[in-house]
Amino acid sequence: MNTVPVEYGLVLAGILFTLGLVSVLTRRNIIFMLISVEIMLNASGLAFIVAGARWMQPDGQVMFIFILTMAAAEVSVGLALILQIYHQLKTLDSDAANKMKG
Amino acid sequence: MITTFYIASVIAIISTIMVITRYNMIHALLYLVVSFLSLSVVFFILGAPFAAVLEVIVYAGAIVVLIIFVIMMLNIREESVEEEKRWLPPRAWIGPSVLSLILLAELVYVLTFVDAAPSGVKVVNARAVGLSLYGPYIIGVELSGLLLMAGIVGAYHLGRQKKKVVHRFLEKAEE
Repeated sequence: MNTVPVEYGLVLAGILFTLGLVSVLTRRNIIFMLISVEIMLNASGLAFIVAGARWMQPDGQVMFIFILTMAAAEVSVGLALILQIYHQLKTLDSDAANKMKG
Repeated sequence: MITTFYIASVIAIISTIMVITRYNMIHALLYLVVSFLSLSVVFFILGAPFAAVLEVIVYAGAIVVLIIFVIMMLNIREESVEEEKRWLPPRAWIGPSVLSLILLAELVYVLTFVDAAPSGVKVVNARAVGLSLYGPYIIGVELSGLLLMAGIVGAYHLGRQKKKVVHRFLEKAEE
């Protein structure tokens, strides 16, 4: 038997997602937090691909393309927000942005 | 075939761990590219070549380049050749290079020694994905278009607003 078992693919997706989650919880640099969100989105896309390969249907790849679209939109808006925060606070520390204006 | 899956997934986990433990953003991005490439190999092994291509083009290409652009914009004041030399010593890029060389060896192996489709894996090609995308999922495609439009407008708005605000404050301060 030459195929990849579904469990291994899902375990890989789970490990990658957990790594991204740990990173987004522990790092305080906002660019690193954005990268970690990308890792988590990528891991969820991997889970969809594994499921699509298990049932041999194109739906998994369709959902992956939707996740890809959302990641692209998210990273553009997130980077614009990072630029704004850096210009206003002169730092990339996310804890510095803990006060609202007014 | 399953051995290549194991190697690629181990590389993905190692490079992701390296991403989240780096302190230098450029080094982290190097490892992030390796992570995306290894996941692309995993997609290919799982019988999803179109998703593998999109992973390389959009994730490892567009998104990482976008993040690098922003990092370069942020560090624009402290630009110097010495600093750049200090950022990229040989031991910084030798790790990602070794990992990507393993991936390249895997790719060459798959392309030369394995026939068109690995036995037992049904390849879902781009044609099936396109038919499904523009058939039952057409509403999702339209919503994705709306989302991308909102992303463009939002990024433009957020990236532009700062100058206006400073200008108004300066005007008020001068008055």
